[in-house]
Amino acid sequence: MSTSLILLIVLIIGVTAYFVARSRAVASANGKLSTLHSLPGYHGTYAAIWALLPAFAVLCVWLVASPVMIEKTIREALPESVTSQGEAPVQLAVGQVMSVAGGLRLLSGDELAALTNGSANLRETLAAKGVPMASEGEPYLLGTAQEYNDLKDGSQLAMTAAVIVIALAGAVFALRGISAPFRARNRVERVMLGALLLASFIAILTTVGIIGSMLSEAIRFFQSVSPSTFFFGTVWDPRFAAAGSGGAEGQFGLLPLLAGTLYIAFVAMLFAVPVGLFAAIYMAEYARPAVRSIAKPLLEILAGIPTIVYGFFALITVGPFLRDFSAELNGLVTGNYVNFIQAQSVLTAGIVMGIMLIPFVSSLSDDIITQVPRSLRDGSLGLGATRSETIKKVVLPAALPGIVGALLLTASRAVGETMIVVLAAGVAARMQLNPFEAMTTVTVKIVNQLTGDLEFNSPQTLVAFALGITLFAITLCLNIYALYIVRKYREQYE
Amino acid sequence: MTEITASSPATFVRPAQTRRDIGIKKRYRAEKRFRVYGVAAILTGLFFLFVLLWTVVSNGYTAFLQTTISLPIEFSEKVIDPKNERADNPAKLMTANYPLLVRDALVKALNIDPANRALVKQATDMVSASARTQLRDIVVANPSVIGTTQTVSLLAEGNIDSANKGQIDLTVAEANRKVKDKQIEWMKMLSESGSLTKSFNTGLFTYGASSRPEAAGIGVAALGSLYMMLIVLVLALPIGVCASIYLEEFAPKNRLTDLIEVNINNLAAVPSIVYGLLGLAVFINFAGMPRSAALVGGLVLTLMTLPTIIIATRAALKAVPPSIRSAALGLGASKMQTIFHHVLPLAMPGVLTGTIIGLAHALGETAPLLLIGMVAFVVDYPGSPMEPSTALPVQIYMWANEAERAFVERTSGAIIILLVFLVIMNLGAILLRRRFERRW
Repeated sequence: MSTSLILLIVLIIGVTAYFVARSRAVASANGKLSTLHSLPGYHGTYAAIWALLPAFAVLCVWLVASPVMIEKTIREALPESVTSQGEAPVQLAVGQVMSVAGGLRLLSGDELAALTNGSANLRETLAAKGVPMASEGEPYLLGTAQEYNDLKDGSQLAMTAAVIVIALAGAVFALRGISAPFRARNRVERVMLGALLLASFIAILTTVGIIGSMLSEAIRFFQSVSPSTFFFGTVWDPRFAAAGSGGAEGQFGLLPLLAGTLYIAFVAMLFAVPVGLFAAIYMAEYARPAVRSIAKPLLEILAGIPTIVYGFFALITVGPFLRDFSAELNGLVTGNYVNFIQAQSVLTAGIVMGIMLIPFVSSLSDDIITQVPRSLRDGSLGLGATRSETIKKVVLPAALPGIVGALLLTASRAVGETMIVVLAAGVAARMQLNPFEAMTTVTVKIVNQLTGDLEFNSPQTLVAFALGITLFAITLCLNIYALYIVRKYREQYE
Repeated sequence: MTEITASSPATFVRPAQTRRDIGIKKRYRAEKRFRVYGVAAILTGLFFLFVLLWTVVSNGYTAFLQTTISLPIEFSEKVIDPKNERADNPAKLMTANYPLLVRDALVKALNIDPANRALVKQATDMVSASARTQLRDIVVANPSVIGTTQTVSLLAEGNIDSANKGQIDLTVAEANRKVKDKQIEWMKMLSESGSLTKSFNTGLFTYGASSRPEAAGIGVAALGSLYMMLIVLVLALPIGVCASIYLEEFAPKNRLTDLIEVNINNLAAVPSIVYGLLGLAVFINFAGMPRSAALVGGLVLTLMTLPTIIIATRAALKAVPPSIRSAALGLGASKMQTIFHHVLPLAMPGVLTGTIIGLAHALGETAPLLLIGMVAFVVDYPGSPMEPSTALPVQIYMWANEAERAFVERTSGAIIILLVFLVIMNLGAILLRRRFERRW
């Protein structure tokens, strides 16, 4: 029986259990519903949970475990001549057995009989059914494949029986317990609470998944490249990781990428912080409500635009503009019309990323500035300070910790930004200080190393995970510190 | 004080000009400057918003028009099926020499000497190479057209399309531009006879990836994005709501709850590319899911949007006043009933607003999808989320890397479509908030 059919049957059992339990509960009240501890619906749900939950759990475990168990049995059934050769041929043989087994399913009884008594050729019979085989199969193949099919059929049958029996047993157990004073609601609610708890653990699981997966892949990378050459290397030259090339040794120096990342983030912040901060101050302290209600959402549109659009903007408008502008400027000053700003440069990526960050800085700082209590402002204004003096000498110092937190959060976003730098920063990993030249970032290299045809065991692809965990660590520190500051700041004024 | 003032009033009267200069004028000037900085900052932001949108729209609006050339195509049996085998071998129709039909029709329509190879080549270059599949589909769908002459409207080649829209500078020397003088002459001729026309570009919405700009569209990518959005909605909304209800209403104040909270806030700020690495390592390498599948993309985007939805839902739950809870509890509802029957329905507008905003973010996200292999050249519509597919922003990324002028136009056109989707979603969120938001 197919798995979806089993699912359907179990569901039907569950729904039936719900209605039977409901009517039983109503019947047990003897016409006075108020004598029931729980509403009839809760009794129904209770029975349905007993019918469904254990059965589904068994089904899941079975679906995961049975292929593993069957493969193990098949491995043991392989003849000595294969198992003695090591891991790779065994895996190949297992794969072959599975494809032959799949092919055997397509054959009719006569053809199968012809195969078993040796009058037909395995390869030709299967080829006629559209299952290609690379070579004339070994003699053990047919027997093992049949064994595989038998095991699979047996497992499926046992699973069907087990799951349906468990579902029925659960339903019967729950139905027997139903009586007027039975506290069905409390039990149902306990299961619901469990589900809620499980959902909130997904957040933890995600973090564990991120750290675990990246760490394990990064450790594999560090087995072939030592951590010190990665973290302190100044040359990034991973070479090419074509599948099967294997031997190509590359140099994996993190420093040029880190330098590019921080430089571009710095330029972006240099652009975004003054603009964003002044915009926030103006909107929080000066702007009339009408102006504020228009300007604030308009600026926030910038935050809603996907970063790929910013990347395209950099590629098509800002980069060429800076290049041509620098050529004109150079021409006017020296008479030599050569551009000194590359179209893909730290400056291009920085400015465009800065535009993207303006709304982050402005709305985060706006929130924080408006949280500064009115009394502080009134005190300062009452002493005769002008509004700008109040802002500079009273409001901003009071808001400073919060603003620093907001800026750190923004910086973390700048460091982790990908699409803008992929399109605007270039791919040359260099360590230099000229903002008019191209540099590259950690995120660009992660994308570069992982797109295209991959071989997952080469250091060329595994390095992406080492870069990823570095990036994660940097942003994690920035985020946690920033969130801590912002939280503390909020408590101060609440 | 009053005593002193009363006894010697004269000493406190000071002539105006001797007043101590406390720099009022300077301070007011500084005040004004400060204000100007603020206005300038806001204007800078708005200026860049305007330039950004203007760049996209001015480059992209032409993508919604496409030049087509309608030609009377003679479906000659001699060319398609010279040996008359189509009855027993239908595959013959798939491999027939359809470009020859186009060539013959062009030669006839433009009055070219068929022996002049160079001219004929220039003429056939005006029609997209996708004409081959277009004619093939016509013949395969209805073999009875063989032997007749039908007027078929064929896509013009990308450069001809650009030239027809006036995007190619014709003052450049002929050798340095993609469209030759002869072709321009023909274009004029065809457009006077009414066979070269510009019409609404439905292909942009229905085609898949193509290396030829005129035959490239976002249809396939949009379907991939739709699959992913559905997966995100189905998974992230219930999980997010359940998690927030637990954290906001049930969780005891202890270390574990604190940890989950810090964790969620931090996850909301993790760079999106890290989620791509997670998806690659866990879903593809460990769990063995197929690369490039919308399912994996949907799962990755779900994990990415969950923190956003949880934060929004918690804020919405927090905004429901405690009096509602007390009233329900006072009438004998259990805690679970209070929340599911009263608190959650009242918080729903806020929850949905947060969900829509999270979905909009997920729709525009590119970086994690690059890592799980969705940068694929997908021509056909994916039949299920398990099949290779691509996504709208990834399609934009792939087109942005193409050099041709016509692709710049397509990229901007696709961005316009993406932005329109985002605007609709965000407007929906705003309307939802306006319509159902309650002030307690």
